[in-house]
Amino acid sequence: MSETHGMHSITVLVENKPGVLARVCGLFARRGFNIESLTVSITDDPTISRMTIVVADDEHELAQIISQTNKLIDVVKVVDYYSHPTAERELALIKVAVKAADRAELMQVANIFRANIIDISKTTFTIEVTGSKSKIDAFVELLKPYGIKEAVRTGTIVVSRGASTAMS
Amino acid sequence: MKLKGSEALVQSLVDCGVEVIFGIPGGQMIPIYDALYGRTDIKNILMRHEQGAAHAADGYARATGKIGVCFATSGPGATNLVTGIATANMDSIPMLAVTGQVGTAALGKDAFQEVDITGVTMPITKHSYLVKKAEDLPRVVSEAIYIATTGRPGPVLIDIPSDVQRAVIDYKPVKSVSIRSYIPIREATGDAEIEKAAKMINASKKPVIYAGGGVVSAGASKELTEFAEKANIYAAATLMGKGAISDKHPKCLGMPGMHGTVAANYAFRDCDLMIVCGARFDDRITGKIYEFAKNAKIIHIDIDKAEQGKTIKPDLSVVSDCKTALKKLIPLVNAKPEGRWNKQLAAWKKEYAMKVPAEKDKLLPQYILAKLSEITKGNAIVVTDVGQHQMFSALYTQSIKPRTFLSSGGFGTMGFGFPAAFGAQVGEPKADVFAVVGDGGFQMTLQELAPAVEQKLPVKILIFNNKYLGMVRQWQELFWNKHYSGVDISAQPDFVKLAESYGACGIMVDKPADVEKALKKSLAIKDKPVVIDFRIDPEENVYPMIPAGMSVDDMLISKEDK
Repeated sequence: MSETHGMHSITVLVENKPGVLARVCGLFARRGFNIESLTVSITDDPTISRMTIVVADDEHELAQIISQTNKLIDVVKVVDYYSHPTAERELALIKVAVKAADRAELMQVANIFRANIIDISKTTFTIEVTGSKSKIDAFVELLKPYGIKEAVRTGTIVVSRGASTAMS
Repeated sequence: MKLKGSEALVQSLVDCGVEVIFGIPGGQMIPIYDALYGRTDIKNILMRHEQGAAHAADGYARATGKIGVCFATSGPGATNLVTGIATANMDSIPMLAVTGQVGTAALGKDAFQEVDITGVTMPITKHSYLVKKAEDLPRVVSEAIYIATTGRPGPVLIDIPSDVQRAVIDYKPVKSVSIRSYIPIREATGDAEIEKAAKMINASKKPVIYAGGGVVSAGASKELTEFAEKANIYAAATLMGKGAISDKHPKCLGMPGMHGTVAANYAFRDCDLMIVCGARFDDRITGKIYEFAKNAKIIHIDIDKAEQGKTIKPDLSVVSDCKTALKKLIPLVNAKPEGRWNKQLAAWKKEYAMKVPAEKDKLLPQYILAKLSEITKGNAIVVTDVGQHQMFSALYTQSIKPRTFLSSGGFGTMGFGFPAAFGAQVGEPKADVFAVVGDGGFQMTLQELAPAVEQKLPVKILIFNNKYLGMVRQWQELFWNKHYSGVDISAQPDFVKLAESYGACGIMVDKPADVEKALKKSLAIKDKPVVIDFRIDPEENVYPMIPAGMSVDDMLISKEDK
């Protein structure tokens, strides 16, 4: 079950070959689907890559796009986590402006979010935070008053809760 | 056995049973054409435009059921195939396109005649390959043919850089293909769905069959006919499904849709159960979607799961090829008594039968086509181009077998007719092949007369010459205040002289009395193409017609309705 309202995540297991990403993304683009986030990386099986695609929720359109994705020759499997409990995580690196007087306070904020300060300069902190999209959204909101210089987010990765796996 | 990549390609094609390729060479195809040189086990037909090569491969595939293969060089050669590939893709035709490519070291560097053809064709191919290693070629060819011909068929492209063509490999024939991410099905739905379908059919009062191209590609014509006969249900066959049930069969309602028969469209409007076999609710069939078969339950039998619910959500999905599903369904259905519904359909069929208008002084397309069917008794292969003549052909010719009415249904490609007829004639050398074309569409690909003469192909090209882009003119007449904008093509060649200049036979016909003689003469010529320039009535329109986006009740049945 998506932890983020109105968003939907799909996991696509694909052959680890050049051009496969373009085929999958092209399919979404041609149907006017905006991809909110996309992560791709190799799995424990080096011949298979795993894509996690987050899109806006539109049940009918989504069912169609999942069927079409399944038809691509290089797609091994599509897993739709709709109505299935999942763990979802995203990682963000945020470079935030910090005055000497605010350092302690900012470190406390980071602590509460179990975020790590991974780099410090005279005028900035770079903070690493992981969690659901909504947790990261909340963290970003809190940092805004200090002045965010740069923010990078990985996009969501998803795994089902319990013993079942995407391949099973 | 040591072979060059190019030789491995050709050998693999031969090993996979390919007997003929249609194509044109170019700089990056010379090694492959060198590998064809002197071979007698694979025929190499030199076309005059790559679009012609693609349509010829497509027509060959449609007529024979075997894969059609076309070759083109890199860059412009490859992009010239695009329309043909898209045409095959829309109609689910098994096709293999092989393109030359610049050397691997030059890829992406804007080399001479370079285009990213796998990128260009991504949305219009079932799959594609850019081969970087010559060792992969035998496997890639086998996989490509497997993918193109199984499941829901479609075109596959193989792009081969010139250095890969020249590299020497140790060739071993591929014994079997297995792709873990592609397991084509005959049948995904279980027997429970089939039983459910049978129950729905047996319980229905007003059932009708909607049969499409999937019946033809599954080779399920016999099963469809048997099913219709056993259950005593009428069937409408789409443009792609024409011939799946014989047009002469008493249970055949003809074609449904925008220019479909009144009986088929009324049956769709009033049915309580629609049994859809290998069809996809094209907008030219449905018209206004929420008015379509609105009182009917729908059983959708299709091999492609993605078609289920794409346009219309069925009450029952049967994911299976039509042959398997119908075979299982036949023993489970009861014969419907000849009740009110069937009597009503029979009455509509009779009342609204397609009649040739009785205008003796005009040369009408309907008359020519009825004569054609009369003379050939429905045994010829009729290949159409796209436009008014295409719809007239669908309505006024009789197809008694599948794979004898070939038309660009989904993509509606003008210029398809003649080169597709060329390919059909190559695949079926004994058949009488007629290309029914408009004067507009024919001029888009008529250059293939040269290889048709060269190959001594007795294709008969019937030009329905009204000096207009007729279908657009018809819409302009009916819906755009007769603003005939951009449709006058009266500046045109003398088609008889044109045919003769190519070495083909040319005949001009401008009155009904000469039609039969000209058709018979064309049938007697066996060693060259015949072009008949029929000067038809320029403003004859196709009826029935349901205007775009409207429903059956808006149908214009004849010209008196407009």
